[in-house]
Parts: sequence; C-alpha cells; structure tokens
Amino acid sequence: MPENISIRIDGEYVPAQEGQTILEVARAGGKYIPTLCYLAGTSSVGACRLCIVEVSGVGRLLPACTTPVQDGMSVTTNSEKLKQYRKIAVEFLFSERNHVCAVCVSNNHCELQAMAQKLGVTSVRYPYAYPKLGVDVSHPRYVLDHNRCILCTRCVRVCTEVEGAHVWDVSSRGIRSMIICDMNRPWAQASSCTNCGKCVQVCPTGALAEKGFAVDEMVKKDHNMTRLAARRGGHS
Amino acid sequence: MRKLVIDPVTRIEGHAKIDIYLDDAGHVTDTHFHVTQVRGFEKFTEGRPFYEMPAITARICGICPVSHLLASAKACDAIMAVAPPPTGVKLRELIHCAQFVQSHALSFFHLSAPDLLLGFDSDPAHRNIFGLIEDHPEMARAGVALRKFGQEIIQGLALERVHPSWIVPGGVNTPLDSGVRDRTLAGLPAARALAERTIAFFKTVLDRFEEEIANFGNTPTMYAGLVDGGGGLQWYGGLLKFRDAAGALVASDIPARDYAQYIGEAAMRDSYLKAPYYKPIGYPDGVYRVGPLARLNVVDVCGTPVADRELAEFRQRYGPMVHSSFHFHYARLIELLHGLEKIEVLLNDPEILSKHVRSRANVNSLEGVGMIEAPRGVLINHYKVDEEGAIKWANLIVATGHNNLAINASVKQVAEHFIDGEHFKEGMLNRVSAVVRAYDPCLSCSTHANGMPALQLVLRGPDGRVLSTEG
Ligand code: SF4
Ligand code: SF4
Ligand code: FES
Repeated sequence: MPENISIRIDGEYVPAQEGQTILEVARAGGKYIPTLCYLAGTSSVGACRLCIVEVSGVGRLLPACTTPVQDGMSVTTNSEKLKQYRKIAVEFLFSERNHVCAVCVSNNHCELQAMAQKLGVTSVRYPYAYPKLGVDVSHPRYVLDHNRCILCTRCVRVCTEVEGAHVWDVSSRGIRSMIICDMNRPWAQASSCTNCGKCVQVCPTGALAEKGFAVDEMVKKDHNMTRLAARRGGHS
Repeated sequence: MRKLVIDPVTRIEGHAKIDIYLDDAGHVTDTHFHVTQVRGFEKFTEGRPFYEMPAITARICGICPVSHLLASAKACDAIMAVAPPPTGVKLRELIHCAQFVQSHALSFFHLSAPDLLLGFDSDPAHRNIFGLIEDHPEMARAGVALRKFGQEIIQGLALERVHPSWIVPGGVNTPLDSGVRDRTLAGLPAARALAERTIAFFKTVLDRFEEEIANFGNTPTMYAGLVDGGGGLQWYGGLLKFRDAAGALVASDIPARDYAQYIGEAAMRDSYLKAPYYKPIGYPDGVYRVGPLARLNVVDVCGTPVADRELAEFRQRYGPMVHSSFHFHYARLIELLHGLEKIEVLLNDPEILSKHVRSRANVNSLEGVGMIEAPRGVLINHYKVDEEGAIKWANLIVATGHNNLAINASVKQVAEHFIDGEHFKEGMLNRVSAVVRAYDPCLSCSTHANGMPALQLVLRGPDGRVLSTEG
C-alpha cells in the first residue's frame, strides 16, 4: 500500500498518496490545472508545459503531470507568472506550425484552440516559422496533417500503450521533430497499423482526423479512449 | 507622351490599376487595366485532401464565399463521382440565391448607386455611400434591408454569416430548419417590394445617362452563361452557352468537364489576372463577357414571372442583345428580382425540409470540375487529385478573369470618349473607374488574393510626375 501523505494546493490541504503526480492529486481534489499533452491512462511526458505549477522552495516551475508529490509539498496552480508562461507555451505551439483554424476540420472542436481561448491568447507575439510540411492522406480512413501537430505524443502513447501496435514515433529533435509512422513510411504502408483509430480520437488538434470531414466537422470521440486507457490502470 | 494612372480603382473588391496614355495633344492613345495583387492559391493547396478545398477557396474572398464554396463542392462531387440528394441540391441553390441577393444589393446600392444617383460629376467627397444616405435615404435603406435579407438566409442555413462551411462535398451539412423557412417566407414580400421599387426608380433615372450608356464599353462581344434545357437562367446548375454579339448561338450544352475545350487562358503583361478567351476563335479575338448582362444576353427567359416581365421590357428598350456595360446595373436589378422569386419557389417546395441532404463517397475520379454562376459570372474550379485524394493541381477561373479582355476594351473606350488631357476633370477619370465598377469586378478573387478595396486615381505626366489625384 502506498503511503498516505498530505500536500497543500493553493493553500488547501489535499489528501495524496506517494507515487501520485501533482496533477493526479489536484484533479482528484477538484483543482483545475490546464493540460494538453496529458492523456489519462497513458504515461505522462511533460511535452507541452501547460501544466506547470509553482512548488514552494523550488526555484523553477515544474510540470504537474510528471512531478511526483512529496509529503508537505505546497503547490500553487495559478498565478500571474504561471498565466504568462502558459500563454507563452501556447503561442509557441501556434508559431511553430501552420494553424489556420478557419479552414481546419477541427475548428471549434480543438483542444489547442480552446486552450488559447481559455488563456486569453488573442495574438502570437513570436514570429511564425511557417514550416513547409506535408499531409499524409495515404491511409484509407484517416489523415495526418503535420501542419497542425503540436507534438504532444498522445498518438504515440495511445498506440503503444493501449492498442499495443506502436505505429507512431517521434523523429529528429527540437524544432525539426516530426511524428512518423513505422520507420517513416506513408501511413498506408504501416503494416503495424490496425486501423483502430485511437490515435485519431485522442489527438487534441486537427492533425489527426477522419477522412472526408469538412471544416468544423471533426468532433473527436475521445471519451471512450480515456475510459479504456484509465481502466488499464498501471500507468498514470 | 503622357501617362495617366488610376491606382487603385476604388469601390471595387480588390486592387486594380489603370494606366491611360496620352499623346502630346492630350488624346488617349492606349489604356491598360491591370490587377496588381496576388496570393498564389493554387500552389498552397497542393497535397491537401480535396474535401478541404471548399473551405479554402471560400477564404479567397469575403464577398462571395458561397459561390466559391459551391463551385468547389461541385468539383469535389465530381471527384467523388456522386450526385448530392435532391434536397441537398435545392438547399445549395437556396443559399446561392441568397448570396446573389446580398451581393447584387451590395454592388448596386453601395458601390454604384453613388455614381448613378448622385451623378458622376458630383463632389467626390460626397459621392459615396454616406452621400447616398444623406441624399437618398430610402435607397440606402433599401440596400441595407436587401443585403440583410440575403445574409439572414445564409446565416439561418449555415449558422455563420461570412464563410459558411455548411456547403460540403456531396451536399450540405445540415437540413433546413422549418423556422428558418417560415421566417424567410414571411420576410419575402417586403424584400420583393423593395427590389421592385428600386428597379422602377432606376428606370426613371436611366435617361440621364444616355452618354454613358452609349460609351460605356458597348463594343460588341460574345457572351457566356449557364442555361437550363429550356434556355432559362441558371445560377447553380445548367450548361454553358456562348452567343455572339448578334445573338447567334456559338456553342451550347457545354458541361463543366469540357470547359477547357472552349476556354483558353492567356497570361497578360503587367497583370496577375489571366485573360480567358473563347478557344475556337483564339486570343485576343475570342473575347466574351460574363456576369449579369451576359447572362441575360444568353438566356431566352429568366424563368420567374416578375423577372421575365422586366427582361421583356429591358429587351424592348435596348434590343435582344444589350452591349453597353452600363447595363450591368440594370441586369443586376432584374436578377435581384429573379433571386427573390426563386427563393420563394424553393422554400415552397415540399421536399425542401427533407433530412437527406448529403451523399458520401471517397475518391472515385482523379479529376473534377465544378462550374456555377457567381454573382459576377461563370466560376470554374478544376482539381486533379491522386488516388488518395491529395490535390495535385488546381485551377480557378473566376468571373473577373472572363471579363478581363472586355474590361480592358471598355476602359479604352470610356477613356477615349471622356478624357481630354487638355481639360482634365475628376469626373472623367471617375467614369473610367465607373466602367470597371459596372462589371463589379472582384479582383481579390481574380488573383486569388486577399485584397481591400481602395480608390485613388492618379494622373501622371510624361516624366512620371503626379499631375492630379482622386480618392
Ligand atoms: S488544429 Fe486546432 S489550433 Fe490548429 S488549425 Fe486546427 S483548429 Fe486551429
Ligand atoms: S498527431 Fe496529434 S496526437 Fe499525435 S503528436 Fe501530433 S498533435 Fe499530438
Ligand atoms: S500536460 Fe503536463 S506537460 Fe503537457
């Protein structure tokens, strides 16, 4: 049995267990921390930095989704500084790729867009990179548009950890990172893909979508996936 | 030699420039109408799934997004090789009519009425929509009301006013709500009364413009437009028909997929706007016009009673083939009536509320062409895709493109007639701009660019010095 401990979140004592992350404890205690890359039931990677929190006595901001709790910890989930940093994180995501929401299948149903609205990101203060990226339309049912990918790796994790197929990976590093399919082949040639569509449903943006949907039409059915993943237990 | 530059031409959608060359005696020797803005659209769609095209093309321009959506959706239908369900087609026609009403109202009341009602030589500072509101408040109000009527239909159908993503490959995204139908039917009589009053009023001022009518690009050309099997006006369906200046049939029953056998596209010096021409005759003699006037010249009838009555009167006044580009305005008002009548017919169709509005399919054909009449004339979208549906190639021919050669000829004619370099007056140059406005060119979509309308007219001396500016 993991040991019961107690931490403070925004001044309130919240029950926790050793081994849990700050995010898990916060959620269980009804505290909101914004997240993008986090996908309940799969491992956490700390990719998006939306969930950063302040921990007293620690000089830097820590991602709540990957930081384990410690007895007596005192966490701040919301402050001017955090708001600013979260905004910057979202602006970076927009500036790195080509997000033209007005023509995107996920417009109005997109977690990135919703997050931007929630955080009050009305403009991007950094120059857009405008990378020239492709769209993989080879799969008979699904599309991958790298222009809208935020490299959250939810697809990678759900495919590996829930479906067990491990079709997706991340290639290169930094700004050149790309989601790749079976050693960088067109999706249709990925022999390991079971066509289950889990990656599509958990993708927070319009990067992965079902084929044939027009603008605004792609509504992800991610609830089943989250439930399925959560039921597996194990990873958290 | 001296050179006059009208840059940019105002009260049009987009950005254009007109050069007028004068000899030493101040007579016009040549003119050039060119479009100066471009944002390559065909290029950045490469590799994207074809079914995204309607939404992308709709972003080309905020003035008639519905037309772009429709032409593009029809091209996608062709790629999927499906026919939308009958109600899907009717709903597409309905939103299209609404778009015509609002677009024609915008063109007539906001962009052209200042010239027509206040006069070409009136004070330029006053010759705009605000001057119109002051001097003819009832006309300005009619314009606003008609635009609103059209826009509310679009909004009711598509739930989004400017760029409705409701039109999708295979049909439309949601059925018509009976509340929207009833509201629209209730508003129709008032809208029709406004349109009828406007055309009646317009006919009373026509006589003031004899000189303009006689010199506003009345060079005979061929005309092209869509017609149905009975020779009736068609905006959404129909087949392409060409008539020559005398009214003789040149070609007819041309389906979208065969357009390239009849229409060639020439690149023009100093302009991003290509110049389509009638292929069997060749460039540059194969000049033809599209748009409201051209449509009325190619059809036998409109197909709705009030518009047909007006069409008969129009022909009585000016003959069976009307060439003066000034009459684009008149034609637009007749079409406005037709649009309102057509809306009524569609809304009273018992099938219009059917829930079956969309067909679905994957790629079944590697090429697709969609052709419709936009308010400004024939609009063609042509795509090629790979087996997986990624766009490999795209071509758009827009109304202003078809009219390019004719606009050039009209500009020249108006300039020659009205401009005398020795006695330069603002009103002369305004007429040159006005003939361009008569075509209601949408230059942002012609060059597939995102343009803002602006107006400035510049007269330059031989050394390039600016002699005079309007705007
Ligand atoms: S993925 Fe989201 S943020 Fe990106 S373009 Fe689409 S709607 Fe916009
Ligand atoms: S494709 Fe979607 S799920 Fe996968 S990394 Fe990109 S944004 Fe995340
Ligand atoms: S949710 Fe924690 S870093 Fe993305």
